Amino acid sequence: MKQPRPLAIVGGRLVTPDGVRPGTLRCEDGRIAALGDVAPQDGDDVVDAGGALVAPGLVDCGVFAIDKAAFHFGGITRAALMPDQSPPLDHPARVRFAAQSGKPDMWVHPLAAATVALEGGHLAEIALMCDAGAKGIATGRTWIADSGIMLRLLQYAAMLDLVVVSHAEDSGLAGSAVATAGEMATRLGLPSAPAEAEALAIARDVALAEMTGARLHVRQVTTRAGLNLVRAAKQRGVSVTAGVTPAHFMLSDLALAEFRTFSRLSPPLRSESDRQAVIEGIGDGTIDVIASGHDPRWPEDKRLPFADAEPGMAGAETLLAMTLTLVRDGVIDTARAFDLLARNPARLLGVDAGEFREGAEADLALIDPERPWVIDSAKMDTSAGNTPFDRQPTQGRVLALWKGGVQVGTKPRR
Amino acid sequence: MPPIQPPAAGRYPAGGLAFPHRDLLGIGQLQTHEILYLLDEAEQWVRLNRMPSKHTDVLSGLTIINAFFENSTRTLLSFEIAGKRLGADVVNMHAAQSSVKKGETLIDTAMTLNAMRADAIVIRHSSSGAVALIAGRVDCPVLNAGDGQHEHPTQALLDALALRHKLREGGREEFNGLRVTICGDILHSRVARSNILSLQALGAVVRVCAPPALMPMGIEAMGVEPFHSFDAALDGAEVVMMLRLQNERMQGQFVPSPREFRHLYGLTPQRLALAEPDAIVMHPGPMNRGVEIDSEVADLAGRSIITDQVEMGVAIRMACLDVLTRRARGVPGWAPVNRAQWV
Repeated sequence: MKQPRPLAIVGGRLVTPDGVRPGTLRCEDGRIAALGDVAPQDGDDVVDAGGALVAPGLVDCGVFAIDKAAFHFGGITRAALMPDQSPPLDHPARVRFAAQSGKPDMWVHPLAAATVALEGGHLAEIALMCDAGAKGIATGRTWIADSGIMLRLLQYAAMLDLVVVSHAEDSGLAGSAVATAGEMATRLGLPSAPAEAEALAIARDVALAEMTGARLHVRQVTTRAGLNLVRAAKQRGVSVTAGVTPAHFMLSDLALAEFRTFSRLSPPLRSESDRQAVIEGIGDGTIDVIASGHDPRWPEDKRLPFADAEPGMAGAETLLAMTLTLVRDGVIDTARAFDLLARNPARLLGVDAGEFREGAEADLALIDPERPWVIDSAKMDTSAGNTPFDRQPTQGRVLALWKGGVQVGTKPRR
Repeated sequence: MPPIQPPAAGRYPAGGLAFPHRDLLGIGQLQTHEILYLLDEAEQWVRLNRMPSKHTDVLSGLTIINAFFENSTRTLLSFEIAGKRLGADVVNMHAAQSSVKKGETLIDTAMTLNAMRADAIVIRHSSSGAVALIAGRVDCPVLNAGDGQHEHPTQALLDALALRHKLREGGREEFNGLRVTICGDILHSRVARSNILSLQALGAVVRVCAPPALMPMGIEAMGVEPFHSFDAALDGAEVVMMLRLQNERMQGQFVPSPREFRHLYGLTPQRLALAEPDAIVMHPGPMNRGVEIDSEVADLAGRSIITDQVEMGVAIRMACLDVLTRRARGVPGWAPVNRAQWV
């Protein structure tokens, strides 16, 4: 969609990398023309923000389904699509198709499968998929157990300057576990793996990234030991970044009580101590990205005995509100929240968005960060309401959303 | 039929308040007095089961379905006998694990059983939490006959009843301070979990003993003292409860071999001598004789109560079926309550 007329948003608080400041944002031809102390011009569509936040549209790094209604509700204008599709994104034609699938009102950035069928055995045609629109490489829901394959993958990715998005759970330790070893898993009698499965995987992947110079992004770092490894690697100058989803800073494994399958996630929910470590990691900059991990699951996948249920949560609609709790708790400020939600993931993917500067894509969201609402799995816009935050009161809603200067999505209905 | 003697008046809340649960899903949902209530209720059935004619019509006209999604011989038989001695129509459903692997089918199966208007459903399933999942979809009481590695409440109740009988023989009324050592595959054992909860609720002090690979992480948070050395765990033990080690776990995945397991964790006469002089020996069965327990110990007259456990199993299951169906049968004092009021 082409922006028909210039857009001027006045009376808002602009979220820039340097902080939040009042001002006007002008967009022309789908890009940001000016921001700050500027005046609307004749012929502009003028929107009065009424003191709301004007922020970059969220860039969601690692979703499992394209679910436009949920993304628009959550202020997400770009989503990096995990290769775990059916069939998997391990072929250029599928990547090309996926890259078009968001048009016209959503950017979809496919992540190429690292290996054929995501089986961890043979490298997929990564360079061809890159030409077809892939913005990164991902190992999928699982770790690549074969260190030789992982080494060659990282070497190849370094050559192509593509980020490798990795899932950090040592497969030997994790096995068929569905919970983190500890009191909760023991009481419930659930197959469990020690939390160290994550640190083991990160240690190897960081060593290989250090050796090859590849850009490694660990999609979810959820344990203190794992975060310590990432922190130390960053200090050594290794090109490693870390992500997390709100579930791992909002919930501990206590949420598994009564075998609630909406809390069955991969990696599984951790101990309270690890949850605190994730919050510390967000506060001190060890964690670079907060993503939704959006993975809508129908009742056939979730209305099962816990260990038989599929992992994953529908997270797109709650991503912003959950991240804003960290702002209210004083862990981060608003500018940093949008670094985590938009600027950093955009940089990882190499897309020209995620922050306000002249010439960047005009993907933006009008946000009331205080507006209260109650998360209700029955009323969500997503295709399936599998949220572990069901019936939780929260704050922060998107009032309007623009992609390339054109308003997208409908106004929030509830 | 002998006169049915209810538990001592005044010891428990009146009528249905003595057991305000619709289902029996786990020991974890029960208060201590509710456990004791079921034990006391079972005593009348222990007496009945020792009579020549072992039949009552308490559950006459009721249909009980035993839905076993996992293989079982003794538990299924025990529930079947219990239902039949109470006069109920008992139907056994053996659902081959392969055909009900998918949960849609599990929910559908539950709805099917419900539509057949069962008055109680007894369920065993290989997945933790599966019985609770089904219980949420049916209108009648559900009894957990073992769900994955989570709970096996009737086993813990029958163990407590058998133990109480044995203790009373020795003039001891209470479990307070009783030192119990549970040894074997704690990690995969629902029997261990239910017994830990029930024995502790009754006042016992519980130790668990297993090699590290078969000891669940965080078990000490359940209030037990974990041991890797069986000899140390036996020191001072008044009750030794052995658990079955599944054959497939003795082939190198968790334990190098059966004889190595016996070497470290087998209850031999020499080991038993490390416990208190008259320590009681228990095993939920089926036993691997010569692996976790030697025949000489398993058959030790006066000390081993393994066959008593089986006997008490029928009585306990009769008590559970009786108590849980009282509301539907309109027993005075057991008024039906609406769904929201269930504990």
